[in-house]
Amino acid sequence: MHDFTYYAQILISGLTIGSLYALIAIGYTMVYGILRLINFAHGDMFMVAGFIMIYITSWSSGFLGAGSIAVGLILTLILTVVLGVMIEKVAYKPLRSAPRMSVMISAIGVSYLLQNLSTYVTGGLAQAYPNIPWLRTEIQIGGITVRRLAILTPVLTILLVIALVIVIKHTKMGMAMRAVAKDFDTAQLMGIRIDRVISITFVIGSFLAAVGSILYFSYIGQVSPTIGAMPGLKSFVAAVFGGIGSVPGAVIGSYIIGICETFIKSNQDISIFSNAFTFALLIIILLIKPNGLFGEKLKEKV
Amino acid sequence: MKNKKTRNLICSLLLAAVLVGVLLYIDNSPLKSSMLSTVLQKGAIYALLVVSMNLLNGFTGLFSLGQAGFMLLGAYTYAILTIPVDQRINVYQYFNGGIVQFQMPQIPALILAGAVAALFAALIGAPVLRLKSDYLAIATLGFAEILRAVIQWEKLGPLTNASNILRKFTGYDSILFPFIVSGVCIAIIVLLINSTYGRAFKAIREDEIAAEAMGINLMKHKMLSFCTSSFFAGIGGALLAMFQYNAHAKNFTTAMTYEILLIVVIGGIGSITGSVLGSFLYVACSEWWLRFLDNPTMIGTFKVPLLGHGFRMVVFSVVIMVIVLFYRQGLMGTKEFSWDAIFAFFGKIGRFFKNLFTGKKAVKGGAANE
Amino acid sequence: MSNPVLKLENVTMQFGGVVAVDNLSMEVGEGEIVALIGPNGAGKTTAFNVVTGVYAPTNGCLYLDGKPYLCEHPTGRAKHDYLGSDAEKFAGKPTLRKTPDQITKMGLARTFQNIRLFGNLTVFENVLIAKHMHAKGGFLAATFHLNGKEEARMRREAMELLEIVGLAELKDETASNLPYGQQRRLEIARALATDPRLLILDEPAAGMNPQETVELTEFIREIREQFNLSILLIEHHMNLVMGISDRIYVLEFGKLIAEGIPEAVQMDQRVIDAYLGVDLDA
Repeated sequence: MHDFTYYAQILISGLTIGSLYALIAIGYTMVYGILRLINFAHGDMFMVAGFIMIYITSWSSGFLGAGSIAVGLILTLILTVVLGVMIEKVAYKPLRSAPRMSVMISAIGVSYLLQNLSTYVTGGLAQAYPNIPWLRTEIQIGGITVRRLAILTPVLTILLVIALVIVIKHTKMGMAMRAVAKDFDTAQLMGIRIDRVISITFVIGSFLAAVGSILYFSYIGQVSPTIGAMPGLKSFVAAVFGGIGSVPGAVIGSYIIGICETFIKSNQDISIFSNAFTFALLIIILLIKPNGLFGEKLKEKV
Repeated sequence: MKNKKTRNLICSLLLAAVLVGVLLYIDNSPLKSSMLSTVLQKGAIYALLVVSMNLLNGFTGLFSLGQAGFMLLGAYTYAILTIPVDQRINVYQYFNGGIVQFQMPQIPALILAGAVAALFAALIGAPVLRLKSDYLAIATLGFAEILRAVIQWEKLGPLTNASNILRKFTGYDSILFPFIVSGVCIAIIVLLINSTYGRAFKAIREDEIAAEAMGINLMKHKMLSFCTSSFFAGIGGALLAMFQYNAHAKNFTTAMTYEILLIVVIGGIGSITGSVLGSFLYVACSEWWLRFLDNPTMIGTFKVPLLGHGFRMVVFSVVIMVIVLFYRQGLMGTKEFSWDAIFAFFGKIGRFFKNLFTGKKAVKGGAANE
Repeated sequence: MSNPVLKLENVTMQFGGVVAVDNLSMEVGEGEIVALIGPNGAGKTTAFNVVTGVYAPTNGCLYLDGKPYLCEHPTGRAKHDYLGSDAEKFAGKPTLRKTPDQITKMGLARTFQNIRLFGNLTVFENVLIAKHMHAKGGFLAATFHLNGKEEARMRREAMELLEIVGLAELKDETASNLPYGQQRRLEIARALATDPRLLILDEPAAGMNPQETVELTEFIREIREQFNLSILLIEHHMNLVMGISDRIYVLEFGKLIAEGIPEAVQMDQRVIDAYLGVDLDA
């Protein structure tokens, strides 16, 4: 049998992974809430953010030295947000009145493009992520040794989520977002500038994905062109699990999936099912509670 | 009317005969190991995979992303059943030759490959086909991922060889084989689409609520379409395994489903002939015509910019995005290739030249008011 | 005495705390044209959706030709929250919930308020699809085209229907390309193709000009004779309703406030109040 420390370690890394899923899941859930679109490219944007960091730090380290990390972090956040908004403008906006299947295919196309483009640019091999020493320092909490990253991730995630919930609940923009999510056409008739709301949604989603990418790749240490797909899909599952359109739901779903997955991975016999588990969970939740834990019911009018 | 039918039949038979002739020629010439032959075989197999996905996505309006999972089931069923008994000890080297100790003939094994895929489709279909568009997509995608994990599970090793490759199973000699199997399967799908059940599928695609109000049992018909599509995806998967001489669960990823879906889009969602054309075109470009994009090339001392490993796929993705955004109809839209259209087209050109020489002004539009 | 074609018995439909249809009982007799009218928000469309099986009622039973097809009573929490009448009336009965396609098979066909044709298919295919549910040939037989006789019969019947409704010339036209009035006709033809006993029309004259409305009135009369139909319609156009109906039911706030022949309903003070509003200060 394992002792307490062993399980505490697993729980902590589960929380870390869960937090990272949460950061990505929020992007999915907000976009879905407003556009009713599974943004398949979201996971790949997360991967691209990883490469942006790698390229910018290695390019700027020549003349900035240690400062290159800071430049890299800032530019990663900015460029990822720009990329996210651009994807919306180019690939989703022209299809706004098209059937839903077309938009989803477009999302898959963007995902395909980002992966292939990254393969081309990077040569397809995994590349080492810049080492941020401060994050890797080990600290002791109650007899358990963890890296600072493992503590920072959940804390930062929770802070960002609280900030986001405040924005959604208490600002004018947040109100507009909720209105658009509730009824796209009516919101438009009420004079809400739909395009702006959608852009802001993508800004927030991409920003959180960029933060997530910095933490995630610092955690696993490398980036490769197809690495975004799986965390992306799992985060989407987490968003569905929590009730698509609900930010707290997405966060809770992410933690449940992150923790369960880490426990499954730690068991040799069943570790191959760590991905399968997530999808099994998805199918089960869709069958017994199709709107997720906190989701709202949507019904087609006859 | 009758004359036209006879003419179309003769044209189709002629085309088929020419195709068989060309294939037989390639089969018995050094060309057999050429790129042309590879593209033809793979194109034929992809055509079946794409058409079977189109049946579901394009004709029934069910956005499913489980294709790779059903192909995997087909490929594995076929491979497991047709490895020669004396070879099993080599293939299942970590599992004492595995638990299956017989070899089935090719065609029954192929049909079983489809049947197993259809059976799983029936099992998974009952719960997931109740879901709406995007949830269905993600649930079927998840199902394919689950399958991939289960097949690679160590405990199933004696049956599936776990995460090791399956090989040495029965292949085919003549490149005619994939064409015949694929052709027969596609013909059956075409017959289905033109039957009363096919019309019911299209009704569901157009408007589920109206279809139900017309007495169409949604669940039953979605299930029929889902299982039929999976059946042929299973056969397609088995063909692909034969073509590659191996079956490996690791390769049947979501990316494979995406690739097939994108060919559906290129050909036109809801067009069988579009899917077939799209498949050959896609395979030819990716395996052959656009290969040069992947090789850094020098013209004299000038290095052609951009060319290099992976550039081909970038070009592909851009082309696909352009199609998705600007030519949503793809090659054929929902139309089908028909001899009538071809003859009408040549007739028009003929009239145009006739008018050109006789000095009359060409009449624009005419019957083609679309 | 023969059974009415359609019978609603104490039907209540409650959404949360709102009772959209309250204790509605009504009948459509053999060969009758019956209209269900009422001001906006009276619960007509909800009643319609219950009759066609889109919603399961909270309480009550519905019968086609005397055979029950929907039967519900509130249980558990729903019973606790129930605001309608007669909660106990059906308590002993087994619940019955046929799906819309099963109801269509029992002989009830409908049209939609906002036309729902199979837009990308041809006029002919639209009608032919409605013939599908009576097809006896199995899936494999149909796939391999071994049901030639049946297919030929379906095609012939669909063609005959198009001739009757006057759309035969347009049979190869894409349904969504038809002008509005013809789309309405096609929708009715499609419903007729299911060989119904009862045809339910949801605001058939919506968006039509007076001339088109007159034609539609004539058309509905014709098809009743020709197909030996009973018809239930929901409509706003009073000209159409008064001119065509044998009997009328009037709903207000989910409750039935009047029923009878058109002349009687027109004179009914409560109906007049419901439509014109009552000045409470007077």
